[in-house]
Amino acid sequence: MRRSTRKKLVQAAGFLALRVAMGLVLAVLVLFLYDIGRKGGGAISWEFLSQAPRRGMTEGGIFPAIVGTFLVTVITALLAIPLGMCSAIYLNEYARQNRLTRLIRLSIRNLSGVPSIVYGLFGVILFVNALRLGTSILSAGLTLGLMTLPWTITASEEALKTIPDSYREGALALGATKWQAIRTNVLPYAVPGMLTGTVLGLARAAGETAPIMFTGAAFYLPYLPKSLSDQFMALPYHLYIMATQHHAIQQVRPLAYGTALVLIVLVLGLNMTAVVIRYRLRRKRR
Amino acid sequence: MNPENLQVKIKAENLDFYYGANRALKNVTIECFDKKVTAIIGPSGCGKSTFIRTLNRMNDVIPGTRLEGKILIDGADIHAPDVDVVDLRRRVGMVFQKPNPFPKSIFDNIAYGLRINGMKNKRKIEEVVERSLRGAALWEEVKDRLNDNAFSLSGGQQQRLCIARALAVEPEVILFDEPCSAIDPIATAKVEDLIEHLKTRYTVVIVTHNMQQAARVSDYTAFMMLGELVEFDRTEKIFTNPANKLTEDYITGRFG
Repeated sequence: MRRSTRKKLVQAAGFLALRVAMGLVLAVLVLFLYDIGRKGGGAISWEFLSQAPRRGMTEGGIFPAIVGTFLVTVITALLAIPLGMCSAIYLNEYARQNRLTRLIRLSIRNLSGVPSIVYGLFGVILFVNALRLGTSILSAGLTLGLMTLPWTITASEEALKTIPDSYREGALALGATKWQAIRTNVLPYAVPGMLTGTVLGLARAAGETAPIMFTGAAFYLPYLPKSLSDQFMALPYHLYIMATQHHAIQQVRPLAYGTALVLIVLVLGLNMTAVVIRYRLRRKRR
Repeated sequence: MNPENLQVKIKAENLDFYYGANRALKNVTIECFDKKVTAIIGPSGCGKSTFIRTLNRMNDVIPGTRLEGKILIDGADIHAPDVDVVDLRRRVGMVFQKPNPFPKSIFDNIAYGLRINGMKNKRKIEEVVERSLRGAALWEEVKDRLNDNAFSLSGGQQQRLCIARALAVEPEVILFDEPCSAIDPIATAKVEDLIEHLKTRYTVVIVTHNMQQAARVSDYTAFMMLGELVEFDRTEKIFTNPANKLTEDYITGRFG
């Protein structure tokens, strides 16, 4: 009797600890969103979203930064999605599982831990200088793409691993080639997971400052980029400037909060897209 | 061992199989006859599943394995360089231990093998789907819900679906790898009836844990132990008058 009471107490204490941990995390998130929402909400207006900054960025909006971030994210996606998915398919389905592939996999995991500023400098060396792409949307997008690749590959590989081997074997046993088995009986069920991981990686890339500040993001541009080889304004970099580099920091604080809010909504929006994609494709599969 | 002068469909000669350094099959020589059911019995880990998976080269996909010896189907070596393993697997169908329907509709499960083999004609596909489902005694149960997901079927129905799927690509041989170990007794009885029926058109090889099942469905039985073929004979003979002491001990339940 005593023993079972003790066991129940231990269990209650354990659950309480878990709840507190979860609650703390949630509290921080809510506080954070509330603070930014409250301070940035006032700055949001149609004008703020649709116009360029004016008067030394003390007035006006952030439209060029929204456009810049959008364009750069598209380039990032174009590099990271196909390359990442194909690499993952190769690693999980085709490559022999030996020391070399283990080493490759380990390197990819490590790459996802490399600080983003290092990617930024690498982008300067490779894209801006060596490939002569200059400081441009292309350079910045490719740099972010490289940074996102390890995440895409890892997420895609995990998604492929969740597909039971019986789907592959079942297809092979019917006379499918390996590629047919993968294309028709593995990928359709793995793609939702692959996309989810990929979009989360993109959301992270969209919010990065360090990789783009040397490769293409501009302090201030009076015009929108006309081609991929132009410089651009980007939300995270704009926020960084408004929050730390501006000559009238106190005055532009509301604009900085407004920028932060837009950036967060954008990133949350991308994350929600991932959730929606996964949900839709899952339902189709049933 | 061919008293009735039957036509040999599959012949394994001095077959050895290795998982890395582990020798899973030791010098197995056996003949499976055309349009007969051959059962492979033996204790867990005796190599019976490994053996059956060599017959459609399913073990090829497991890294670090090696095969020595020969397997002939209709007298032709299935490891010969000019053999297309994809074509071999179409000719030698397989039904797995756990029902493994694909997460598609019932119809698409059966049509899958046809489509990957290049069949485009819709009418023809529909025809084969119906014929295959009838062949697997499943048609009456599913004809009104061909577009339902295959996962909505019961375990036993799923296994018959997998049999129908194998039939659809018109194989010559069907391999069953413990097909009833994951389904209930009533479903098992249906699958056994089906196997009985299938041998009129196909050569059947079945691995089973269940000795009664081997006795019920097979014409010939092979008893394997520790990777070796201990005895191979007519099922009747194996179960009433085995030549080997080990076989007798196993079928009378002294071990296994």
